[in-house]
Amino acid sequence: MTHSFETAARPENLRRVAIDPLSRVEGHGKVTLLLDENNKVQQARLHIVEFRGFEKFIQGRPYWEVPVMVQRLCGICPVSHHLASSKAMDVIVGAKQLTPTAEKIRRLMHYGQILQSHALHFFHLSSPDLLFGFDSDMAKRNIVGVAEKYPDTARQGVLLRKFGQEVIRHTAGKRIHGTGAIPGGVNKSLTVPERDELLKDIGQIVAWSRDAVHLIKQMHNQNSALYDGFGAFRANFMSILGDDGALDLYHGSLRGRDADGNILFDGMDYQDYTALIEEDVKPWTYMKFPYLKSRGPQDGWYRVGPLSRVQNCDAIPTPLAEMERREFIDYSANTPLHAPLGYHWTRMIEMLFAAEMINELLHDDDILGTDLMTSGERAEEGVGVIEAPRGTLIHHYRVDENDLVTMCNLIVSTTHNNQAMNEAVRQVALQYLDGNEITEGLLNHIEVAIRAFDPCLSCATHALGKMPLQVELLDNTGAMLSTFTRSADNG
Amino acid sequence: MSEATFTLDGKTIPFREGQTIMQAAMAAAAYIPRLCYHPGLKPHGSCKLCTVKVNGRHTASCTYQAQPGLAVESDTEELNGERRSLLQMLFVEGNHFCPSCEASGNCQLQATAYELKMMTPHYDHFFPDRPVDASHPEYLLDFNRCILCSLCVRASRDVDGKNVFALAERGIKTRLIVNAESGLLADTNFSADDMAAHVCPVGVILRKRTGFSVPIGQRTYDINPISALPQPKAGES
Ligand code: SF4
Ligand code: FES
Repeated sequence: MTHSFETAARPENLRRVAIDPLSRVEGHGKVTLLLDENNKVQQARLHIVEFRGFEKFIQGRPYWEVPVMVQRLCGICPVSHHLASSKAMDVIVGAKQLTPTAEKIRRLMHYGQILQSHALHFFHLSSPDLLFGFDSDMAKRNIVGVAEKYPDTARQGVLLRKFGQEVIRHTAGKRIHGTGAIPGGVNKSLTVPERDELLKDIGQIVAWSRDAVHLIKQMHNQNSALYDGFGAFRANFMSILGDDGALDLYHGSLRGRDADGNILFDGMDYQDYTALIEEDVKPWTYMKFPYLKSRGPQDGWYRVGPLSRVQNCDAIPTPLAEMERREFIDYSANTPLHAPLGYHWTRMIEMLFAAEMINELLHDDDILGTDLMTSGERAEEGVGVIEAPRGTLIHHYRVDENDLVTMCNLIVSTTHNNQAMNEAVRQVALQYLDGNEITEGLLNHIEVAIRAFDPCLSCATHALGKMPLQVELLDNTGAMLSTFTRSADNG
Repeated sequence: MSEATFTLDGKTIPFREGQTIMQAAMAAAAYIPRLCYHPGLKPHGSCKLCTVKVNGRHTASCTYQAQPGLAVESDTEELNGERRSLLQMLFVEGNHFCPSCEASGNCQLQATAYELKMMTPHYDHFFPDRPVDASHPEYLLDFNRCILCSLCVRASRDVDGKNVFALAERGIKTRLIVNAESGLLADTNFSADDMAAHVCPVGVILRKRTGFSVPIGQRTYDINPISALPQPKAGES
């Protein structure tokens, strides 16, 4: 079986298939480790299911339906897809500059999404590993265990997430499958009671977000050898940034840096992303591997998400998060930190930033405005990019003169991070693989590394249990040496 | 002389000579589920959702003449169960995906399904392949959602005097077509002022580029259940 997916027919022809029947273990993530002739881990392959079917599905649909339809793509960050596609459709309808109300409502929605997603990831999914240790008792290593031992932390996590969801509900109309953003603007602003309801709690939310940064910072400081070294690998990194290089998760231009932090490109209009990024295909997966054209497929792969963004920007435009960013930069002594566990720290800095941004927006009367829509000259093609919780999200469409979508290309955060995640897994395997046997301990460590990226895999966000995961080890001839599977329920 | 009446689920309903059970019930603000009846158009009696029991026998209330003293049953477990099955069949015959449909909240199929507490489609989906007609500059036809109620056919022919739409073929193959050599709406004299442009109970005949301007949650049937709404007058949908 291993052999058969190594030599899968031309993947270009199969790209549209939503589910790879060979590499998918139902509801599981699957990792293959390949050894070289000296039995050293040479390659790690994370097999994940991508949503390519959607790009075909949306063809022939009217463009105004897309921002609502794309939410079917991903149950994990529907709001990000909603906003990225709306931004692409803004270009289609010629809405070059949204009204202040529309722009701010969308930002509010987006920061609500960042807050809820980051809180979910940190408190529900990762804090059990971080608080109890990667190899601790499975039965305790979950949010229920956290709630027993650290009731305040668990409670704050739940309420932070809930607040983010409330922001989404008020701006998008619903918590899921909202319709708030439409091509050229939004269909609702906030009412005074809605705003006041959110204002009532925002002070507490900012304070708790700050506590969360302190918590992860403290863990990092207490065990910096582990936190800095675990699965670490050098990589280029990329994100969009606002004007003047400040952190902005909703809009901006692309900046990329090499592993030393040198700027590779800056101020790139993302409408031209295809000049910058190429998507490579590999025979063993339908998932694509994007890389920076200028550096080629070997060296051009890069990392996106919180760890990239916080280190890519020149400043964070809110005071508390900026203080935390500076501490982080000091900690890493001004050179890029390449540690996967650094994702957690930067993720919490971003959560604090999102909370402060929400606070700022709630004090801006534009969010109560009535001027919601704008339009201009129609275009045939549009690209929308947003910094989703997990990283850069690209939506690209062509729309014909009858208003129907003729082409759609999406690059989701998890795809950008594809090579990086493989690399992290490889590093962990190099560090922790002992002999030729896959042990539960190794699997636990691989899981922690994958999870740091917050990939949008349903198996990775398994709510309470651990990630259902299969790890297999192959020698240099492709023969299976060892395999270990953990299901969601038996763990 | 006292008014002629019949009873609907025990409630007295007055009627004028020549009225159907449906017309009299609507005038009395009594709800009988329906999808292919519109007060401004001749009844068609095809969706069968309005089926009631008159003196123990099944009949379509939109075509059955009211008569003095009839005992009509409508809101019964038996009839509503049959209606649910009809609705489930309509859902699986087309491609109805409410969460991303722009008609959500304004759709009578969806609202009726809520009203009758249809929880799942129950049957296997047909997933028919029906491309949209986007040729017209102002209107889009998304045949995926057509329930073949023929309201647009009747509105265009009998009210607009245009004959833009027709039902073609029969039985399970029945489909809605546009009366033009090309088969495209752009090649007809269809216009936004036509009754046919406003009569579709689902999400087939849609004004372009406005899909989600009204937030979900603030739409007709989001606010009131279909049974509680005032009945449409002739010419309104
Ligand atoms: S298009 Fe609408 S009104 Fe016409 S037959 Fe189909 S469902 Fe009925
Ligand atoms: S409403 Fe009477 S049969 Fe459709």
